[in-house]
Amino acid sequence: MAGELASPTASPRITRGSSRRVAAFRLLRRRLIQAVPLMLGVVVINFVLIQLAPGSFLELMTAENQVSDPATIALLRKTYGLDDPVWLQLLKYIWALMRFDFGFSYRQNIPVIDAISVHLPATLLLMISSITLALAVGIAAGVVASMKVRTFWDTLVSVVAMFFFAAPGFWLGIMLIVLFSVKLGWLPVGGMATIGGASSGFTAVLDILHHLLLPTLALGLFYAAIYTRVMRSSMLEVAQLDFVRTARAKGLSRNRVTISHVLRNALLPVVTILGVQMGTVLAGSVVIESVFSWPGVGSLLFDSVSSRNYPVVLGIMVLGSLVVIAANIAVDLVYMWLDPRIEIR
Amino acid sequence: MALPLEVRGLSTTLFTRRGEMKAVDGLSLSVGAGETVALVGESGCGKSLSALSVMRLLPDPPARIVGGEVRLNGRDIVPLPEEGMLAIRGKEIGMIFQDPMSSLNPVATVEKQIVEVLLAHTDLGRWQARARAHELLELVGMPDAARRLDEYPHRLSGGMCQRVVIAMAIACSPSVLIADEPTTALDVTVQAQVLALLKKLQADAGMAMVFITHDLGVVAETADRVVVMYAGRKVEEATVDDLFEMPLHPYTAGLIGATPVPGAARAERLADIPGMVPPLNALPQGCAFAPRCTRVMDRCLTEKPALTVPGPGRLVACFAAERG
Ligand SMILES: Nc1ncnc2c1ncn2[C@@H]1O[C@H](COP(=O)(O)OP(=O)(O)OP(=O)(O)O)[C@@H](O)[C@H]1O
Ligand code: SF4
Ligand SMILES: [Mg+2]
Repeated sequence: MAGELASPTASPRITRGSSRRVAAFRLLRRRLIQAVPLMLGVVVINFVLIQLAPGSFLELMTAENQVSDPATIALLRKTYGLDDPVWLQLLKYIWALMRFDFGFSYRQNIPVIDAISVHLPATLLLMISSITLALAVGIAAGVVASMKVRTFWDTLVSVVAMFFFAAPGFWLGIMLIVLFSVKLGWLPVGGMATIGGASSGFTAVLDILHHLLLPTLALGLFYAAIYTRVMRSSMLEVAQLDFVRTARAKGLSRNRVTISHVLRNALLPVVTILGVQMGTVLAGSVVIESVFSWPGVGSLLFDSVSSRNYPVVLGIMVLGSLVVIAANIAVDLVYMWLDPRIEIR
Repeated sequence: MALPLEVRGLSTTLFTRRGEMKAVDGLSLSVGAGETVALVGESGCGKSLSALSVMRLLPDPPARIVGGEVRLNGRDIVPLPEEGMLAIRGKEIGMIFQDPMSSLNPVATVEKQIVEVLLAHTDLGRWQARARAHELLELVGMPDAARRLDEYPHRLSGGMCQRVVIAMAIACSPSVLIADEPTTALDVTVQAQVLALLKKLQADAGMAMVFITHDLGVVAETADRVVVMYAGRKVEEATVDDLFEMPLHPYTAGLIGATPVPGAARAERLADIPGMVPPLNALPQGCAFAPRCTRVMDRCLTEKPALTVPGPGRLVACFAAERG
């Protein structure tokens, strides 16, 4: 026993509950610290890219208002700091960002942050509902397929998953609209709320959910297909591990073992992939928003790009990255909660 | 009274793409209450598949029991449906596996994994089960048992993991315990502790134990009787004393590192028996050990030696041993 007690794993420590909370806190702190240089990189790269883009909002603005007087233009350039060297503009931008100042949107005549925050909740709602759908459907279908491996059900799940994996989101969105909105008339074609409908209360919530369903399917089913396949193979892999046999040797039924031992272990790869895909979910939602006229940042991004409203474009990029980083941290914490082997020193 | 475990003519076949292979071929063995029978043989000779056959936990496909009986306290469990086995595994028969670290679910606490078997087979409530799990951990000599309940397996050493597995296996006081190389993966000092623990638990509860190993040193320490397997078949059986005193089968002799001729002086210890275990799908026509045997005769190449009784309490399957 002396040998065991001397082993490093047996050193004295605080009890499990609080030690895991401490570890979670450390993870959070480490991720937040890592996020700072990451965000800085995002800002610099996007800022430089925007500089490389043709034209500026000033040209558009002066053209639209038929300002051709060089003195006025020079004054405007000076006002907006466009004559400064790029690095100085960048530093000024970063300095402003630190005070949560994203600049001013000339087009809407409001601060960029206000323009974006009108649209951000709709996008977040779509992302969250799509991920929730993808996880619920993907995990359930993957578990079923693995429990019925090499049967009709397994094949059916594979074929359906293959379909949604291969179908482009915008095409799927249009097909859903054609079927459920145009042909059957069950669901709205687009938008987020019925015009002239209730603006608050339970009916308003229901109305939004009603509008949310199709875009969620169009965005989420692709990810559901991925999670189905990952979950299925992960379940089958974990089922081969030694501890599953130990659990069976205790007299637990195959199904009991699957639910209480295999499932949680099998979730880990799904969670990993979820974290990696946060960025693509956001990008995907931009496309789906335009199909369904969903009033999220996607539509704002389109408008802003076409009107060369670069401060807004840049703001969306920066805030989008922030959302993705935050979502990744959340996913890391979930992973840690699922897998006690993750320890942060 | 019926013996706790009586295996008769057990045959388990692997149905693979490369053909059918007899991994366990007509194995018989019986274990009385409080007795330890060691099952020994080189890697791949079918020890684990024999144990899993008895547990009815074979990986199917490819492995399936094709014949024989496994009598547990007098009742043949081979024909039982899976539901019937659920009440037996963990209750009448417990099993301990080779690699303790991978035998436990990494994302479940020690408590959950012990309590689970109690809830499956006893009337204990959750709190009583937890208290019992604590008792069991103390019984298996887990240091600091109360705190280990809430621990996850990765925080435990190999020896401690194996103690947890042992606690789960004996939680419902089974009459038969199968230990499949329970100490192979452990450090030498921890090995000795775990062996001592198993022996003590067995003596206290009067369990019948099948102890699988390829370490003859361990056999000498733990077993009452020894069954030697080669290529899926039993080739020799004897009490520990008889076996070490005078191994009859050339294979056993090779394992022990002694000359098989009775009365002859002991040769210098062999590190290994020269040659390889033949693959199961290419077993020689006659004695499976013939290609490696120092005493091979013409007859050995064409005929399979049957088990014979060379003396009281002994069995051997070898033509040379029959003639003495
Ligand atoms: N799932 C399987 N699929 C195919 N062959 C298998 C499988 N399990 C075991 N075998 C084969 O069956 C034979 C007996 O295996 P078994 O695990 O019983 O050996 P063992 O005596 O326990 O060896 P070890 O000392 O290495 O544990 C080996 O030849 C092995 O390759
Ligand atoms: S039967 Fe022949 S080949 Fe087989 S072990 Fe005995 S002597 Fe050797
Ligand atoms: Mg084995």
